[in-house]
Amino acid sequence: MERLWRAVSFLWYFLCLADKESTYNTAIVDLYAENILAHSKNPHHRGALVDATVTHEEINHACGDTVTLSLTIADGNITAIGWEGNGCAISQAGMSILSEELVGMPVDKALSLRKEDIFALLGVPVGTRRTKCALLCLHTLKNTLRSAAGKPAQSWLDTVEIEGE
Amino acid sequence: MHNVCRTLPESTERSIQFVVEADESTYDDAPMALDLSAIRREFATLHTNVSGAPVVYLDSAATALTPDSVWEDMRAFEKNARSNVHRGMHVLAERATDAYEAARDTVRTFVGAKHSQEIIFTKNTTEAINLVAHTFGETLEAGDTVLVSELEHHSAIVPWQQLAERKGIVVEWIGTDDNGNVRMDEYEQFLETRRVRLVMITAQSNVLGSRPPLKSMIQKAHTAGAVVLVDAAQFAAHHQVDVQAMDCDFLVFSGHKVYGPTGVGVLFGKRKLLEDMPPFLGGGSMIRTVTKEGFTPADIPQKFEAGTPPITQVIGLASAINWQAQFSWEEREAHERELLAHARKGLATIEGLTLLGTADASGCVSFTVDGVHPHDLTDVIGKQGICLRAGHHCAQPLHARLGVPATARLSVGIYNTTEDIDRCRERITNAVNLLRK
Ligand SMILES: Cc1ncc(COP(=O)(O)O)c(C=O)c1O
Repeated sequence: MERLWRAVSFLWYFLCLADKESTYNTAIVDLYAENILAHSKNPHHRGALVDATVTHEEINHACGDTVTLSLTIADGNITAIGWEGNGCAISQAGMSILSEELVGMPVDKALSLRKEDIFALLGVPVGTRRTKCALLCLHTLKNTLRSAAGKPAQSWLDTVEIEGE
Repeated sequence: MHNVCRTLPESTERSIQFVVEADESTYDDAPMALDLSAIRREFATLHTNVSGAPVVYLDSAATALTPDSVWEDMRAFEKNARSNVHRGMHVLAERATDAYEAARDTVRTFVGAKHSQEIIFTKNTTEAINLVAHTFGETLEAGDTVLVSELEHHSAIVPWQQLAERKGIVVEWIGTDDNGNVRMDEYEQFLETRRVRLVMITAQSNVLGSRPPLKSMIQKAHTAGAVVLVDAAQFAAHHQVDVQAMDCDFLVFSGHKVYGPTGVGVLFGKRKLLEDMPPFLGGGSMIRTVTKEGFTPADIPQKFEAGTPPITQVIGLASAINWQAQFSWEEREAHERELLAHARKGLATIEGLTLLGTADASGCVSFTVDGVHPHDLTDVIGKQGICLRAGHHCAQPLHARLGVPATARLSVGIYNTTEDIDRCRERITNAVNLLRK
């Protein structure tokens, strides 16, 4: 009986391993998918913004990646965007992809964006190690808008852990 | 011969024999090449598949892998002798205490200390440095200076910055040149002009692989009346440690970087210094007497080992030390030199790749690639089973000094082969082509 049980758990273990293995394999192709690499190589809306309403910089201290975001806000809408930054492909592509969505977006809507929205926009599986890279754009956006409203910046914990729970 | 006793004697009459001194005479021969396939068979992790191929582990500077025999020794201890140390009269307690103290003596031999009481077990290097900052550090006064080199790991920096906040001491930085050589002129000037009480210096940089001239630095510090704390977290895995020849006052390292388990680290301190220092954490084992009015601390080393120590990990560390004693330092160092030379040569052929540090660096080689962030690079090759670390490697001041936000680091251990390096270089080349802007 015990032997049988051992054999079963052994098999189960290998099935789980095999399963993990395949997720590793897909993840490699996916995280650096075509669109991520394209945005990282040719970022959209990158550059300084003249007459910005607000400009704010955030850093992912875990790896030193930075994004500085400038927004022009008129009548409660984001009317123009420009950003600059330094860092890995994921953080920079993330800001580029998000910037596409932001032009013309009402501030209220931008404030209600959650990490799940960013993951959906990126369309690739983001592992634990790269979560902060992927969410640097959201964190910067939130705090840029908070800065425009005269509110103190929210913490990384608020952006990464709390929101969307 | 390598003859660590793997199976504990069942008999209660015999005390456990974990520690067996390596028989020196077998190592007298000229350095032979290591039998790498035999060595690699002993590391289960090297046979783990990622993406259909065994991993290529080139991250031993972060943590080295552990040979199976060490796990076996730890398991044997758990099975046959598990109990608390210094706290019981029964047979298991005696076995555990004997094994724990034998391990202390193994570590004493490993670092070349005179007395086993000079060996304190901690959780890791970080805790060992914090221990010194909270004990020796407490004897410092406002305005006293602690010198820290630009090569240091955060764990050798922050405890002194915290001490500066607590006691008003001054932390001064010993600069380095572009290759990671300590600026001796600056160092000497600090020693001459400041009230320097302690010098914090790594024996081997975890980024550049450079080794500061410890002997002369220690001599100069002593002349100026300062003590020296050596961070041997990297060094201890790549070169013989000899605290008496070095004449350092404190030396620290982690078990997990010298092929042992995580959860155990070591502080060596000169006996006189340790005896004069106040205790660190308070609790069981570190006291001689406790009354309602107060306590008197125990003698060293117990004074600094409050609470139940990581007993099984300590056994594992001793086992790892005994395991590596079957190889001579000459053959290990020759092997690693070959690996690193091969790595530097191979990496240098990749377009846009810049190597940091010099050709005589030990343990690791760090690099940057134009237009490719190290995190992306190590993520892409990581998913193909090539394990390299990227980032600031807990050395932000050094990276600021070098003017790079992050680097990728290839580090070697006893089990690596030139094929590992070749596979890694190939994957890096492909990843760079994928990622380059
Ligand atoms: C030079 C150096 N010092 C200190 C440490 C810290 O070691 P641990 O994390 O085991 O405390 C490391 C390891 O990362 C290191 O490389």
